[in-house]
Amino acid sequence: MKRGAPLARLALVLALGLAGCGGEADSAVDHAATSQKPAYGDTFIEALTGNISGLIPNIVGDGASHTVAAHMYNGLITHDRDISVVPDLAESWILARDCRDLTFRLRNNVRWHDGRPFTADDVVFTYRLMTHPKTPSPYKDDFAAVESVHAVDPYTVRVRYREPYAKALTIWGQSMLPRHLLEPYVAEGRLREAPQNFTAPVGTGPYRFREIQSGQKIVLVANPDYYAGAPYISRIVFRIIPSQATIFLELKAKGIDTATLTALQYKRQTDYPAFAKAYNKFRYPASIYSYLGLNLKDPRFADKRVRQAFAHAINKGDLIDGVRLGLARPATGPYKPGTWVYNPNVRTYGYDPARARALLAEAGWKTINSDGLLVKNGQAFTFELLTSQGSDEGRKVAEIVQANLREIGIGVEIRVLEWAAFLKEHIKKRRFEAVAMAWSIGLDPDQFGIWHSSKTGPDEFNFVSYSNPEVDELLDRGRMTCLQDERKRAYDRLQEILAEDQPIIFLYFRDALPVVASRVRGILPGPIGIDYNFTEWFVPKQLQLYTAG
Amino acid sequence: MGGIVVGALVLLAISAPVIAPWDPNRPDIRNILDAPSNAHPLGTDQLGRDVLSRMLYGARVSLAVGFVSVGIASLIGVLVGSLAGYNGGLTDGAIMRLVDLMLVFPRFFLLLAVLAFLRPSIWTIMAVIGLTGWMGVARLVRAEFLTLKEREFVIWSQAVGASGFRIVWRHILPNAMAPVLVAMTLGIPAAILTESGLSFLGLGVQPPHATWGNILNEGKDAIEIGWWLSVYPGLAILLTVLSYNLLGEGIRDALDPRLRQSIGRFVSRVR
Amino acid sequence: MLAYALRRLVLAVPLLLGITLISFVVIHLAPGEPVDLQTGDLSVQSSAQAKQLLREVYGLDKPLTVQYWNWLGRLARLDFGRSFAPDGRPVLQKISERLPITLLLNIVEMLIIVALAVPIGVLSATRQYSTFDKVTTVFVFVGFATPDFWLALLLMILFGVQLGWLPISGLRSLNWEYLSFWRQQWDFLGHLALPILVATFGGLAGFSRYMRQSMLEVVRQDYIQSARAKGLAEPIVIGKHALRNALLPVVTILGLSLPGLIGGSVIVESIFAIPGMGQLMVQAVFERDYPVIMGNLVIVSTLTLVANLVADVTYSFVDPRIRVAARRGRR
Repeated sequence: MKRGAPLARLALVLALGLAGCGGEADSAVDHAATSQKPAYGDTFIEALTGNISGLIPNIVGDGASHTVAAHMYNGLITHDRDISVVPDLAESWILARDCRDLTFRLRNNVRWHDGRPFTADDVVFTYRLMTHPKTPSPYKDDFAAVESVHAVDPYTVRVRYREPYAKALTIWGQSMLPRHLLEPYVAEGRLREAPQNFTAPVGTGPYRFREIQSGQKIVLVANPDYYAGAPYISRIVFRIIPSQATIFLELKAKGIDTATLTALQYKRQTDYPAFAKAYNKFRYPASIYSYLGLNLKDPRFADKRVRQAFAHAINKGDLIDGVRLGLARPATGPYKPGTWVYNPNVRTYGYDPARARALLAEAGWKTINSDGLLVKNGQAFTFELLTSQGSDEGRKVAEIVQANLREIGIGVEIRVLEWAAFLKEHIKKRRFEAVAMAWSIGLDPDQFGIWHSSKTGPDEFNFVSYSNPEVDELLDRGRMTCLQDERKRAYDRLQEILAEDQPIIFLYFRDALPVVASRVRGILPGPIGIDYNFTEWFVPKQLQLYTAG
Repeated sequence: MGGIVVGALVLLAISAPVIAPWDPNRPDIRNILDAPSNAHPLGTDQLGRDVLSRMLYGARVSLAVGFVSVGIASLIGVLVGSLAGYNGGLTDGAIMRLVDLMLVFPRFFLLLAVLAFLRPSIWTIMAVIGLTGWMGVARLVRAEFLTLKEREFVIWSQAVGASGFRIVWRHILPNAMAPVLVAMTLGIPAAILTESGLSFLGLGVQPPHATWGNILNEGKDAIEIGWWLSVYPGLAILLTVLSYNLLGEGIRDALDPRLRQSIGRFVSRVR
Repeated sequence: MLAYALRRLVLAVPLLLGITLISFVVIHLAPGEPVDLQTGDLSVQSSAQAKQLLREVYGLDKPLTVQYWNWLGRLARLDFGRSFAPDGRPVLQKISERLPITLLLNIVEMLIIVALAVPIGVLSATRQYSTFDKVTTVFVFVGFATPDFWLALLLMILFGVQLGWLPISGLRSLNWEYLSFWRQQWDFLGHLALPILVATFGGLAGFSRYMRQSMLEVVRQDYIQSARAKGLAEPIVIGKHALRNALLPVVTILGLSLPGLIGGSVIVESIFAIPGMGQLMVQAVFERDYPVIMGNLVIVSTLTLVANLVADVTYSFVDPRIRVAARRGRR
């Protein structure tokens, strides 16, 4: 009974969430299917909160740059609505059963924006660029398992891996770059200084670069020679607006066509007819989860029962209502509900302060001092919870966790820190007791870097110092095969152990909350989000707003 | 008048635990961003906490930070400024170059460095704001000294052999205080707002504890649906500045009968 | 006076070196490292190897003294280096594309503020405790105590969303290229109206209060009384004799604000989406983009030294009795 109740509630929340999502999706489909025909033209205006730090996506890490670059480049493969791998610049491939030999057949009608044909040479070049010792890329590790890449003929590429590699196929979603323009820069280790990184990017994608005004806007125009045919919307303008409040006002004044809302805006500020008429709201779980990290080197937190007690003591429902106004789903582990790898049959921790107290008592925290705090060996149970100033959400999570834990006799001091200092002084040096943070997860379920006991170096990400031999083995197994069934088995078990161990207290997956102008049709939200089929978005002729350019 | 308001504010702050209707730090998820009502006269914030109670508790920090840090800055500024302005020459040159250095020093990094050694507390924040904010006052005081020390009454005092300290204390300083008063008045709201910025760097008052500055900051994201989060702390800060301004002018006028007289004469003449 | 100014300028060089050295050390030793923020938002993918490579690219693996020496060497050739951001663009280029708009905004603001603050200050001083004085006192303090972001958003809602008279953010409309020349100027002006209004309102208090206060001090001085006694008309007494002497603190404050002209208000810039120096610097600071921070520091320090020199020289024009240049001290 005790374990059944929270599960049932979880299922209900999920069902509601999906229903809401589906409903909105349907309305968009209706517009598209019945009332309007796809048409070319119009301008789409998008707001970015961050500045563009570079337009060669292979070497930049920030979200804004990737958002823009996504329209200008292609990989060999991409992901569809259901996050399945589908062809992009490669029209087909053969992956050997040992997961070590991969052969791509490339499309022969792809051209770079400057008119040169895209060939196998460019693929080999992109691989060399990624692995070149002087290329500073955050995605370098992805290609470490590659033994060789060579062009069999202009439209065939063969890849050989050193060992069976789970991401053998998915790493080729990396943007392909033009050899004829970038080769000298790579050799000199000056790729960042190449004009293609800022003023003249050249890719194969559906949109071409038109202009950039640093700090103000970037303009892309439809590529008439795109291999899959020109996209419907003929121009995209990205405006850089750092303030979320300003973006919202621009939305209200119809100055921009899309933006990501905050929970408060989604829930409290957009439910009036004029807004509903002008914009479609979307909601789907984002690939990022919030958690409470505990330093497992601390003897108090090394005890599993204490962590489980925390999981019971934190009211995730309240947390989601308080921090996200209900716009999030409880996390049971590090994978997003609704994806193939997600395992719903793991131990869950309903809000149960009595159970939490019992677990703490088992761990030796029995007596209560005059301040109402639990005491063991004369020491009161208090700790410092760090969070960074960048996220309002981290601070709110910390405040609610603090109130929840106080109820079971644990004192929490919150400290908000500047992000860079927080990373360098506290995370890297392991100088923390607890942190309220969030992990963003990739499309591939490999999380070796976070949970493996070997990944505890200063620049590495297992900073809570989790170590479990069975987990290590499962992580190895999961990344050493490319067969989904086998991976699923390994990761199912991994999720069971993580749920039992609670190496960090998994809190929630927030929802992404984009809005798009209602004149734009063809949007089909899916588990991956809404942006994946932008080339099929269109504005019916009579609704088009912008004609110039 | 100004004194009464300042006194009342201080009294409210001190008696916060007695008069605050709610626990200022307890989140209440069911009542997020409620408009002002009987239960919550000033509304609730983004975690459903009572804004009135948070304002009352916040007053303790904000008033203390406002007055103490401005006090520290003014004291240092006046000392340094008088020293440079009265002595002139090399002393002046050396001190003023130090001021130049302090002015351009990247304050953000200095704060981060401080952060590594000090625990966050209200004392840290008052010290930090005070110790990094005195350069303007110093330059103002020095400029006044440069002109005042050439005036007849100073030169006369020197001629009769009055000690330097006595001249500065009795003759120059009182006449140089006008811009300092303004700097202090303007410094108070600035310090109250700076506090919330520094707290975000981990230096000052940490959540969930309220200050006027951080209530205001939280109100930023909810400006259209939670005006009370910005308006009330804003009004509190305004009230503090205005009453401090009145207090300052009152004290100055009271201490300087000549001013009253001449202004009275002057005003009647204009009319 | 000229000799004094020259001596100060010569002295400024070692002073600048000292400032840059101390700042360089503090900036590099302060917590935080540029490589952390570029390798993804702490996502699963970023790698330790990539971070090490970046350290080498930036030269952060070398001893601090070597790094400073290299930086100084480049500076001597007026090369401010390249930004640590992934765009890797030259620091000078980054600063120079941001500087004009910030300068324009700040200079216009400063002119408006001075033009308004001097009369407000003089009038409220000469009519101390009158209704005008009380109203302006409250008004300027309201301006000072109102948070910039609040006023900005309020004005945007009123003029941008409700009335639709003015653009909400940015510098130019998207169809700017297709407008006629005069329409372009009008459009640009419309975009600047609100930011200037917000910044002016906030800055008015400082100047007008200093003006009022020192005016109050001056009008009671003997020489003003005697000027009156000679039967000079009141406007001449105030305008010519009192005002000039009351400008002293204003000159100081102006001197202190001059380096701020290239600073830019972060809040105003980010709310109105104006790509100015404020935004650039905040980003550089949070990303620990050392070359950009140091480049800005050199410019700001130079300006500060010059501005305070100019202020010191101006003192003796405002009040000829002042001799900053005098080497002799009084004991």
